[in-house]
Amino acid sequence: MSFLATVGYKSIHATESFGRFWTFAWTTLRFLGPGLFRYKTWRLVMPNFYEVGNRTLPVVLITGMFVGLVLAIQSYDQLAAAGFEQRMGILVNMTLVQELGPVLAGVMLAGRVGGALTAELGTMNVTEQLDALRAMGSDPIRHLVVPRFLACLLLTPLLTVFADLAGCLSGFFVAVELKNVPSEPYWYFTKDALERWDLMVGFIKSVAFGGAIGMIACYKGFHCRHGASGVGRACTESFVASFIAILAIDFFLATFLQGVYKALYGFKSLVM
Amino acid sequence: MAEVADKQATANPEAADVDGRPIIELVDVYKRFGDLHVLRGINVRLNKGETTVIIGESGAGKSVVLKHIVGLLDPEKGEVRYRGQVIGGMKRRALTELRTHFGYLFQMSALFDSLTVEENLAFPLVEHRKLAEARIKEIVAQKLSMVGLDGIQSKKPADLSGGQRKRVALARAIALDPEVILYDEPTTGLDPPRADVINELIIKLKQETGATSIVVTHDMASANKVADRILMLLEGRFIFDGTPAELTGTDDERVRDFVQGRASREDMMSLQRKG
Repeated sequence: MSFLATVGYKSIHATESFGRFWTFAWTTLRFLGPGLFRYKTWRLVMPNFYEVGNRTLPVVLITGMFVGLVLAIQSYDQLAAAGFEQRMGILVNMTLVQELGPVLAGVMLAGRVGGALTAELGTMNVTEQLDALRAMGSDPIRHLVVPRFLACLLLTPLLTVFADLAGCLSGFFVAVELKNVPSEPYWYFTKDALERWDLMVGFIKSVAFGGAIGMIACYKGFHCRHGASGVGRACTESFVASFIAILAIDFFLATFLQGVYKALYGFKSLVM
Repeated sequence: MAEVADKQATANPEAADVDGRPIIELVDVYKRFGDLHVLRGINVRLNKGETTVIIGESGAGKSVVLKHIVGLLDPEKGEVRYRGQVIGGMKRRALTELRTHFGYLFQMSALFDSLTVEENLAFPLVEHRKLAEARIKEIVAQKLSMVGLDGIQSKKPADLSGGQRKRVALARAIALDPEVILYDEPTTGLDPPRADVINELIIKLKQETGATSIVVTHDMASANKVADRILMLLEGRFIFDGTPAELTGTDDERVRDFVQGRASREDMMSLQRKG
């Protein structure tokens, strides 16, 4: 196949996949609205809450804790040299709440839950369980995707809160217990700098990440190729696509929300 | 070919539906996947209460025919009709309602791994019938009893043997008392005695429920045992349509090769060339 033909083929394939993904997402969202008021939907969501929430919580806490420790350790020397060590809480907590908390909780979720969802649905696909659902007059998107998507959408912000808390407390531990930064100014400056807006930014990002992870994982499971290698490949693709989506959404949301903040409240300096 | 088409149009007219229509009709159905042309204009009329067996080589498109009948696939060209209603392009709600008239036994059983046997069987009942829990349990027990598997409600599919899984899947397929039961390779992967249990079940269910059965298989022992009518699919077209007795006496070499499990002349020549 010539170079031009290969490029053409790949472009058509990519456009088709893109269209298929958005059709899939649109169908899920169409089922989501009425599904919220159905008892059956919530009965199916519960086991997914357990899988997405309870079983991901330990890894999210550990990640948050280490990120908080590293942030505090890395920033202390530079801030102390400039005489700003008492403002360390601003850097550690702001970074965690706005940026690292949601991103790392999202990445952990993509790795642990996204891969598992793709593997589960992919296996159902290759063993004809999805066709069995259709043949029994039940829509697999309504029955399988909506509960999983809802669980990811609703629990990612909650997991992010836990990641933030673990990071903030471990950062505080390094600053106050190991580096002898006084506790009162540490929290005073944090409270002064950290606004409700910052918490909202973290929340909006985490909801968007959760939705993207749930949708991508389910889509990849539904469209995997046959055989064990097909499922394995779909899991890898699911994680890579989710990871890239998290970073891209993070960039666009950060740009957009920063613009909104400036329009509403003007520029905020953290060092004044 | 014209002879087969004529035969399809007139096969067992007395077994057609009360209004004279066949229960299922495929009219000039074409299907391809990419460059692979699987169905090349098939025409067939399936009559109520009959057991029709579709035979053919692996990859001939037998399962594709079944998937068209239940609306899991849409034809590129042509029409699939159930009681005169065109299935392709149906609205979601209409298709959902239509599918409750069909029971489908999948090749790999397709039981839901995460559910127990009881939950698997209860699934279509919960989805489509507003029944009390006690009534659902009663129906589940009755259907399991019909396939000879009492008292396994609490087991998971992973705890069952291949034969048991097929029987549970069959019990699930008949949970809604369908008019048409589709069997996709029902005996594949089973040892001969267990395969024969499935054959007996197909015959028993036909007698007890009066359902129309369509069986896709390449197991000739099974085909001869359960069939009222046999169709052979080759290169995207039906090349044979007749009773098991007519199949045995056919002059068509391609059909005879398949029935007797002989490699075709082309395959042998190709092997000799490579040797």
